[in-house]
Amino acid sequence: MLSRTADHLFWMSRYTERAENTARMLDVNYQTSLLPQSDAVALVGWQGLLSISELLPAYQSKHGDVVPEKVMEFMVKDESNPSSIVSCLRAARENARAVRGALTTEVWETQNQTWLELNRMLKAGEFEQDPAQFFEWVKVRSHQSRGVTVGTMLMDEALHFMRLGTFLERADNTARLVDVKYHAVESDFFGAATDKDQEYDFYHWSAILRSVSAFEIYRKVYRDVIKPERVAELLILRADMPRSLHACLNEVVENLSVVVAGTSSETMRWAGKLQAELQYARIDEIEAMGLHAFLTRFLDRVNDLGGRISRDFLMAEAA
Amino acid sequence: MKLFDEMFEALKSQSAVLESSSNLAFDLPLREHYRSYAQWLAQQPNATMQARRAEAEMIFRRVGITFAVYGAKDEDGSGTERLIPFDLIPRIIPAQEWNRMEAGLVQRVTALNRFIHDVYHDQEILKAGIVPREQVENNAQFRQVMMGVSVPNQIYSHISGIDIVRAPTASGAGEYFVLEDNLRVPSGVSYMLENRKMMMRLFPDLFSQHRVAPVAHYPDLLLETLRASAPSSNTEPTVVVLTPGMYNSAYFEHAFLAQQMGVELVEGQDLVVKDDFVWMRTTRGLKRVDVIYRRVDDDFLDPEVFRANSTLGVSGLMRAYRAGNVGICNACGTGIADDKSIYPYVPAMIEFYLGEKPILNNVPTYLCRQPDDLKYTLDHLSELVVKEVHGAGGYGMLVGPAATKQEIEDFRAALLADPARYIAQPTLSLSSCPTFVDAGIAPRHIDLRPFVLSGKTVQMVPGGLTRVALKEGSLVVNSSQGGGTKDTWILEV
Repeated sequence: MLSRTADHLFWMSRYTERAENTARMLDVNYQTSLLPQSDAVALVGWQGLLSISELLPAYQSKHGDVVPEKVMEFMVKDESNPSSIVSCLRAARENARAVRGALTTEVWETQNQTWLELNRMLKAGEFEQDPAQFFEWVKVRSHQSRGVTVGTMLMDEALHFMRLGTFLERADNTARLVDVKYHAVESDFFGAATDKDQEYDFYHWSAILRSVSAFEIYRKVYRDVIKPERVAELLILRADMPRSLHACLNEVVENLSVVVAGTSSETMRWAGKLQAELQYARIDEIEAMGLHAFLTRFLDRVNDLGGRISRDFLMAEAA
Repeated sequence: MKLFDEMFEALKSQSAVLESSSNLAFDLPLREHYRSYAQWLAQQPNATMQARRAEAEMIFRRVGITFAVYGAKDEDGSGTERLIPFDLIPRIIPAQEWNRMEAGLVQRVTALNRFIHDVYHDQEILKAGIVPREQVENNAQFRQVMMGVSVPNQIYSHISGIDIVRAPTASGAGEYFVLEDNLRVPSGVSYMLENRKMMMRLFPDLFSQHRVAPVAHYPDLLLETLRASAPSSNTEPTVVVLTPGMYNSAYFEHAFLAQQMGVELVEGQDLVVKDDFVWMRTTRGLKRVDVIYRRVDDDFLDPEVFRANSTLGVSGLMRAYRAGNVGICNACGTGIADDKSIYPYVPAMIEFYLGEKPILNNVPTYLCRQPDDLKYTLDHLSELVVKEVHGAGGYGMLVGPAATKQEIEDFRAALLADPARYIAQPTLSLSSCPTFVDAGIAPRHIDLRPFVLSGKTVQMVPGGLTRVALKEGSLVVNSSQGGGTKDTWILEV
């Protein structure tokens, strides 16, 4: 298939996934903000959200202090913010439109309908009226987009590039989400200074679990109280947890192995290596290394992998 | 008296139609092929039709059947995508009328292709003095680069959109006239196909009651035509559709046709010429391209030959083309045959190349470059339609009877300044067709664009795209100026 087509498909899926993850993070922060907590703690949550997306400077130059309503508006409706939900869904739809012929009618119509509906909702003020409902809608549209893709697309290169986009983006987003906890408690990762803080700690960790729809999964897998190292293990190392780094890398490797031609075996090797590390790692080793350091390194390598895939397949080769 | 000349027997003058009231008078004598439909229509409550219209609009928006207007903003001030209004009431043509029109179209397009071949080879028609040499060789649409280039099957215009109107002759009988030949990159066929799909979805019962000739096989015929234009050596040619990109006004159609044919939709940046062959950049390296259905104008095709700053085309494409290594549909240089100043000579071409009498009528045309014609035109501006020779999209024209005194005087000045830029034609009483507008059902002017495919044979699907001028009294059907479209039925009665 055309490199340009593959590129559009890849980014269409990435942006759809990014919109979903942004909605997930905002939803969790919004839900958490409804709990009794000090303003300082609440602020740390919103600030963490901006910093994991590397958007704190952009936000501050526009709005100054971190104010929950402003952060939500910035992350949902602000078209000048490339990571806002409206920007992501616009980019997803523009990419889809550029290759609508390579998509099934259902996939294209789902993307287009999402975009039309989003505009209608924002215009009607439905986001402000009920943010939780709005975030839920973004998630549902993303589920629908993935479902219609898997359910209707021919299982050829086009589908594999779309899946690659989805799982690379998800790996990136989950890593950032786990890292946000680090931003929140900084050096105090596994410890707790006071009983009160420990209590908040529970809510923060459970909020992270909920944001990746993993609260019930945690209980089912561990049958234990919420312990930070187990949360980290679930979201990083469990291959059966659909949003974990390990599960994402499994998908990346699987889809990549179908599309690689001889020339790109180096990319395959990098992906395989990253996958193997997750497969054979133990959470206590990661702890020893430091969670933040581990995640930072992981993000660099996922980023590098994305760059390699672009160079191998998606960029127009010089004649 | 109310007259819908496509639906009713008597074809009266336009003014009679416009002065009448706006209620559909079903007691007038119906033309045979409209009888059953009119009966059905009379039974449809207005609310039902309103609901169907809303449904159609909703579906077109969801499917993204839109066109882009350059530099325009939509209602939200954000995008540039518009819907082309779709009218619920079909335009019906009886099969025997269509059969004659089809024969006329095959004849006309065959002669036009012979003419283009001749112009770029032996120029017999110029030598015979039938078309003036300077009209061809001094024409901006004449492509020197095409001289002596041989193309597969000697076909240049593979896809031809011929604009046809129905109007009364002196005797008052309805007759078809060719208004314009579009031999460069005619568009609109996707609307023909989508309109039919929409009608079948909205009114399935109508299709069980009427024997409407199907059109959905157009992409198959198109693919067959394109494959027939491949360099002769290749039995399994790779066909692509070349689009200027998603911001082009006809992008939906480009994507639609590529998808329906199952071929790649490419942009200039996806193609590269190496060793005089054309290749596309794929995820598995370069792949040979044999036929390009280009939806990019000549001027932008190859910066080596045409506009040097064009990024829409492919550098070296004309080298590959002249070497016979790639087919381009339509060929370069077809503009020489659809130019408005060449149009008056088409009937003579048909006689010259085919030795036949033209089946389809031309509209009498005054070439303002000729002193006598210019004088006649200047004396009759208020009765004539004056068009720019190279104009398109309904721009740059004067509709005399509808123009103000000032507009006529402005046009007179422009005409005198550069007469060769203009032609003039009598204002035809274009037929109208019942159309569902806000006020109810009212007559609106229509034309018809059948799409003629020329490969190893000349073929077409029955019908074409009916465009309708939605503004009351307007004769301009172009979508960029408030035109809409209708489904077109070729009906066995």
